[in-house]
Amino acid sequence: MAVVEEIRPSSDALLKTRQPKRPANMGNYIRWLLLFFGGIAMVTPLAYMISTSLKWPHEVYNLQLIPNEPTIENYTYVLEDGRFYWWFLNSLIIATITTVCNVIFDSLVGYTLCKFRFPGRYIIFIAILSTLMIPTEMLVIPWYLMSQQFGWLDTYWGIMFPGLMTAFGTFLMKQFFETVPDDFIEAARIDGLNELQIWWTVAMPLVKPALAALAIFVFLGNWTAFIWPLIVTNSVDMYTLPVGLSSFGDEADVQWELIMTGAAISTLPTLVVFLIFQRFIIRGVVMAGLKG
Amino acid sequence: MDLYRNLTIRQKQIVWAYAFLALPILFYSVIRFYPTGNAILISFQDWNLLGARTWTGLDNYVKLLGDPVFWQVFRNTFVYLLLGTPISLVISFIIAYHLDKTRFMHGFLRMLYFLPFMTSAVAMAWVWRWFYQPVPIGLFNNALASIGIPQIAFLNSTTNALPSVLAPAVWAGLGFQIIIFMAGLRAIPRSYYEAAKIDGVGWWTVLWEITIPLLKPTIVFIVVFSSIGFLRIFDHVFNMTTNNPGGPLNSTKPLVLMIYETAFDSFDMGYAAAQTVVLFLVLLVVSLIQLRILRDR
Repeated sequence: MAVVEEIRPSSDALLKTRQPKRPANMGNYIRWLLLFFGGIAMVTPLAYMISTSLKWPHEVYNLQLIPNEPTIENYTYVLEDGRFYWWFLNSLIIATITTVCNVIFDSLVGYTLCKFRFPGRYIIFIAILSTLMIPTEMLVIPWYLMSQQFGWLDTYWGIMFPGLMTAFGTFLMKQFFETVPDDFIEAARIDGLNELQIWWTVAMPLVKPALAALAIFVFLGNWTAFIWPLIVTNSVDMYTLPVGLSSFGDEADVQWELIMTGAAISTLPTLVVFLIFQRFIIRGVVMAGLKG
Repeated sequence: MDLYRNLTIRQKQIVWAYAFLALPILFYSVIRFYPTGNAILISFQDWNLLGARTWTGLDNYVKLLGDPVFWQVFRNTFVYLLLGTPISLVISFIIAYHLDKTRFMHGFLRMLYFLPFMTSAVAMAWVWRWFYQPVPIGLFNNALASIGIPQIAFLNSTTNALPSVLAPAVWAGLGFQIIIFMAGLRAIPRSYYEAAKIDGVGWWTVLWEITIPLLKPTIVFIVVFSSIGFLRIFDHVFNMTTNNPGGPLNSTKPLVLMIYETAFDSFDMGYAAAQTVVLFLVLLVVSLIQLRILRDR
């Protein structure tokens, strides 16, 4: 937290106090230009994706960034086809439920491990933390067998169950609950709130920025998750967006403007969310990165 | 209820703590620890999902060591690591270093670099595949053709395919690393730089004697984090070589893809489980070595 809080004030302070009007420096212009062109290069694939999704088939190969006759025909075609509609809905439902679960459970566990004294606390903490070292790929085979046995294959539950809680989120939340003073919790106890109420109404509001950072990470992770949904789904209607997009297979059979439309449909929501909450998300990434 | 009321405050705390933790303990036991043990167990068995599970001891591991595809895959996995981690570390540091010194439209530039991080690997794999196509279609080959350079077979060549698959993975991860580096740079106290300025130290010395040593925790984090990512690369490879995953001729196949194919195409669960155990060990050893080396220096 200390590191994170230093970032903003110091950067603002820099803006105001440092070297009010230095004479223009050639080096700085060049630096800015290079950074600018580098940045443009970074977003070129995204720009081409969107541009192609707005083109008629005969325009696809002219490689102009701005289509001569832009059209949203591809979007209506892809959405009317129905598959993308379902995949979008599946991804949205799964990412949302998983995010809500993580926000609740990771913070509940983090809070308990941080603020309660009970036998077994240390062992449970270490046990949860140690799961960070186990790669998902090692677990997919047993998860698959489990899903097969209990009939979870090809269901929302089957796609979601492995990610309902994460050690990363638990650890992140535990770190942030350390910043909540014990006095607040003690005072609430004296006021007669029970422990559940204290957690929800006293502690949770104090760590909202961390909850938001966690929510962003979990949502993005599940929105783009690929290997497990690929394994656990087998009917087209149950695919998530990444699995659906992947299912088109061979580039020889592909109509590029339609596949770019599909790619845009799966990318634009996260891009738009990012553009709206930019500062906030970047702060969240730093928090999660440095704490987690 | 009377029973609860008679407890001491400390005992009540214990009851609450375990009430809160009951579901999570169940979750971590059933969804994390049991499968880990199960994967290790299956790795000592021969099982194709339909027939009987038979105990085979170390057979799967012996088979793996004698499998030329495994060694090819093992090599590929480390090529991803050894190319991907240093390249993305150096590029993201250079960009972060300069971006940190830029005030004009700082937020806008940062946004440009960060946007690719918010994308899904599958969607971007399609975009990059399209870029890599031969002349009438692909952007790169069209650009090359327009300046008279012969075409490059990006994804259809055993030598070019791996770097071509790696490029979008590096591209997508840069934004995250840049943001983390910038946070690290901001955390260095200004007084160090001011002292250096008063002493008249050149920027190159400042960079190597102040900035980089003080960034060490950030560098360790990024190296370990991105190494784990490159060792586990799958989405990009699977989606850019769909006609023949890991091809041409296994030249791009990483360990995770081999695991996927062994388990879910050939349904050789025991053999696949043995491969996942190897993946786990590789990740563990690489992370420990990196932490050791980078912490000491």
